Amino acid sequence: MSEDIKLNIKVWRQKNNKSAGGFETYPVNANEHMSFLEMLDVLNEDLVNQKKEPVAFEHDCREGICGTCSLVINGQPHGPNAGTTTCQLHMRHFKNGETIVVEPYRAKAFPVLKDLVVDRSAFDRIIQAGGYISVNAGQAPDGNAIPIGKNKAGKSFESAACIGCGACVAACPNGSAMLFTSAKVTHLGLLPQGEVEAERRTEAMVAQMDKEGFGMCSNIGACEAECPKEIKLDNIAFMNRSYFKAVFGGELE
Amino acid sequence: MNLNSKIPAGPLADKWTKYKSTMPIVAPNNKRKLEIIVVGTGLAGAAAASSLGELGYAVKCFTFHDSPRRAHSIAAQGGINAAKNYANDGDSIYRLFYDTIKGGDYRAREANVHRLAECSVEIIDQCVAQGVPFAREYGGLLENRSFGGVQVSRTFYARGQTGQQLLIGAYQSLSRQIALGTVQMYNRHEMLDLVKVDGKARGIIARNLLTGELERHAAHAVVLATGGYGNVFYLSTNAMMCNVTAAWKSVKKGALMANPCFTQIHPTCIPVSGEYQSKLTLMSESLRNDGRVWVPKKKEDAQAIQQGKLKGVQIKEEDRDYFLERRYPAFGNLVPRDVASRAAKVECDKGHGVSPTGLAVFLDFSASMVRYGKIEANKKGLTDLTDTQIVALGEEAVSAKYGNLFEMYEKITGENPYKEPMKIYPAVHYTMGGVWVDYNLETNIPGLFALGECNFSDHGANRLGASALMQGLADGYFVIPYTIGTFLANEISTPKVKNDSPEFMAAEKATKDLIDKLLNIKGNHSVESFHRRLGKIMWEYCGMARNAEGLTKGRQMIRALRDEFYKDVYVPGNNDEYNPELEKALRVADFMELGELMMMDAFNRNESCGGHFREESVSEDGEAQRKDSEFAYVAAWEWDHTEPVLHKEPLVFENVELKTRSYK
Repeated sequence: MSEDIKLNIKVWRQKNNKSAGGFETYPVNANEHMSFLEMLDVLNEDLVNQKKEPVAFEHDCREGICGTCSLVINGQPHGPNAGTTTCQLHMRHFKNGETIVVEPYRAKAFPVLKDLVVDRSAFDRIIQAGGYISVNAGQAPDGNAIPIGKNKAGKSFESAACIGCGACVAACPNGSAMLFTSAKVTHLGLLPQGEVEAERRTEAMVAQMDKEGFGMCSNIGACEAECPKEIKLDNIAFMNRSYFKAVFGGELE
Repeated sequence: MNLNSKIPAGPLADKWTKYKSTMPIVAPNNKRKLEIIVVGTGLAGAAAASSLGELGYAVKCFTFHDSPRRAHSIAAQGGINAAKNYANDGDSIYRLFYDTIKGGDYRAREANVHRLAECSVEIIDQCVAQGVPFAREYGGLLENRSFGGVQVSRTFYARGQTGQQLLIGAYQSLSRQIALGTVQMYNRHEMLDLVKVDGKARGIIARNLLTGELERHAAHAVVLATGGYGNVFYLSTNAMMCNVTAAWKSVKKGALMANPCFTQIHPTCIPVSGEYQSKLTLMSESLRNDGRVWVPKKKEDAQAIQQGKLKGVQIKEEDRDYFLERRYPAFGNLVPRDVASRAAKVECDKGHGVSPTGLAVFLDFSASMVRYGKIEANKKGLTDLTDTQIVALGEEAVSAKYGNLFEMYEKITGENPYKEPMKIYPAVHYTMGGVWVDYNLETNIPGLFALGECNFSDHGANRLGASALMQGLADGYFVIPYTIGTFLANEISTPKVKNDSPEFMAAEKATKDLIDKLLNIKGNHSVESFHRRLGKIMWEYCGMARNAEGLTKGRQMIRALRDEFYKDVYVPGNNDEYNPELEKALRVADFMELGELMMMDAFNRNESCGGHFREESVSEDGEAQRKDSEFAYVAAWEWDHTEPVLHKEPLVFENVELKTRSYK
C-alpha cells in the first residue's frame, strides 16, 4: 500500500502586488501517490479548517497541458523532474521529513499577484503582436492543397508543443522570453502557410518582447533544461536568423 | 411553452446550404455598431469570438483564466473527425452524420448533426491554414486514424495533443482580432449572471477575479461557450475550474436545460488512488486500437491482485477474461464509450476488479507488442530473434504510437505500462446535455446563444470519440457567424445597450448579495468538502447505472446537502481580493442545483440510452434498452427552486431508421 510522508512546506506568502512577501512554513501529511498540487490541496484544506487563509496558486487541467500551473520548487521551475509540469510531479519523488521550498516565478515581466500567482499576460501580448497566420474563417484552401513534409511538420509540432507556462523565463537569470517567443516563430515559420508573413511576425514579436521588459538571451540554456515540454534551444537560433533576415534583408534558411 | 427547433424545410442534405444563402444578414456598416459578448475561450468560444470579430462585429470576450489559451479544450488528446474521405475508405458526410446519430443512440436532431458533418470538412482546411501541425504521411499529405464506434479512418490528429494544437490555432486567430481591436478581451473575469432587458439577453455581470469588482457589461447579444458540467461529480477528467455557473445562471433567468442526465463516462481513465484525489486523468481512446481489456476469470486471482499478492502478468492466458472481445465480437475493444464503461463496471461489481479498491480493469498491450515486434522483425529481415528481442522491437513500435500516453501513465502511477498492463477505470468525461438551443444555436431567450459542449444539440445520449472538437469548431467558425444574423438583423436600429438600466443594477445587486451571503455563513466546513460530498452522491445515484429508488434518494440527499451548505460552509477571505475559495463556493452552489435537476431528468427518462443506463430498462442479455415510443424527445427543463418543469421537444427522424444499437 501507499506510504505516508511528513513534510514541511516553506512557502512564499504575499497578500497582493503592493505588499511585501515572506516565507511561512507549514507541516503537511502527504502520501506518495499524491501529485504536488494535491499535496498543496491538503495543506489548504488544513488551513481552511483552521480558519486561516489558504495559499493561492494557479492550476487547472492537472494533466500537464494547459500551462496554468507554475511554481518554483526547491529552486527549480516545475520542480526536480525533467519534462514534467508541477501538476504531474508526484510526491514519491520527495523524502519523508523533507522541507520543500515553494516560491512563485521570479521575473520582472511576471509580477507577483498573490502568494504563488504571477501575471503572465505579457506572453499574450507577444502573441498578439504577430504570433498567428492571418487567415479568416472560410478563406482556407483544401487541407491537402499544400503538402508538408512529415519531418518538417513534426519539427513544427515540437515547437508548437509550448504550453506558455513561463518556466523558461523563471529559469533564466536574465528573465528572458526568447525560448517562448522563438517557439512560436519557429512553429509558424517552418510551415509554408506561415512563411508568407514570417519576417513581419518575427520583428513584431521581438519588439513586443523587449517592450514587456524581458531580458536578453546570453545562451545559458536553463530555459531548455527546465522546459516541461522540452522545447529546444535551436528555436532561438531559428528566430535569430529570421530576425536578421527581417532587419537586414537576405534569404531565410 | 412551444419549443420551436426552427429546422429549415427541404431535404436533409440541402437544408444548411439553402438556409445559409437565404437567412437575414447584417451589412458591414451595421456590424460595427452591434456588440456581442462571448463568454468562454475554448474551441467554441475562441473560434466564435475571432470569427465574429473578423466579420466586423464589436466583440467582448470573457474568460476566467489568466489567458484565453488555457481552456480545457486544450486537453483533448485523440483527434478531430472530418468527412474528408482522404483515406478513400467509403467515408462521406452522410456516413459521418449516420455514425453520429447512431452513436448518440438516436437522441439528437437529424438536421443539426448533418450540418455538423458538413462543416467538419471546412474545419480541417481552416485549421491547416492557421498552422495546426497535424500528423502527415511521408508524401506530405494529412494522415488519419480510426476511433471507437466507427468503421472508417476519419480522425485527424496531432500526436496525443490534438486539442492543444486546435485551441492554439483558435487562440492565435483570437489574438489577431484582439490586436486589431475588433475583440476586447477580458481575462480573469467570470460571468456570474445574465442580464435580460425586455425579454432579450443584453449583457452579463462579471466578477474581476483579481479585484473582486463586479462589472456590468452590456451588448446586443450574448454567446455562451462555457463548456460542460462534468465537475458536478467532483472527480472527472475536466479541469479543476470547469463549471456550470454561466450556463446555470442563464437557466435561472429562463433558459431551458436539455437532457442534463446525459453524461459520458469514459472507459479508459487512471483509477482513483485515494481520498485526496482532485481529478482523474484520461488515457486516450486511441489506446483501445491496440490495448486489450481484461480481468482475471477467477475471483480469487482478482482478490490476490487487489491485496498486492499477485501481479497481472502472472495470470495465465487461459485464466484471463477479455470481456469486451467475449461480449462484443464484432467491435471488440473498440465498442463505443458507454458500452465499454458499463462492461467494466459489471466485472468490477462481480468482484473481478484489479486495484486495491477493486475498481479497475487491465488494459494490456503485450499482445500488440508481440504483433508489432514480428512486423518490425520482418521489415528488417531479422529471422532468428528470441521472444524477448521481438517484444523489445514491439515496445519501440508501441512507444512511437503512444509514447506520450505511456509516459503520462508512468508519471502518475509510478508503474511501467510496457512491463505491467495498465489499470484503468471509467470516469466522468463529457456532458452531452446542456442549454437547449434551436437550429440557430439560440436558446429560448432571444439573443442568448450557446455553443460547443455548453449546448445539448449534437451528440444525443452518447458522444463518439473525436467529435467534441469537431462540434466546438463547427459552432464557432461556421455556424454562429451566420445564425447570429437571424437575431441581429432585427437589432440594427437598437442603440448601444446601456449598462445602468434597472435590470443591470438589479442583477449586480443580486450577485453582490449572494457573495455576501456566502462569505457571512462562516460555518465549519470547506467548500471542497461539500463539493466532494456532492460528487459522491452524484456518482452513487446518478452515475453509470441508475434506478428510480436511488434517484429519488439522491435528489433528497442533494437538497439536504444544499441546505447544509448554506448553513455551514466556510469561505475564507473577502470579496475585494483574489479569492479562489470564493470562486469555488459560487460554482459549487450552482452544481448543487444542477445535480438535483440531473437526478430528476434521469428519473423521468425511464429508458436506457447511450450514457444513461436505467437498471429498469434492460434487454434479456443485459444490454441497454431504449424505449422510442415513449422517450424519443428532448427533455428541456425550466428551473424552479421547488419543482422544475419539463418541456418536451419531440425528435423527428425522417432519414434514419431507429434501430437497436448493436456492436456484437
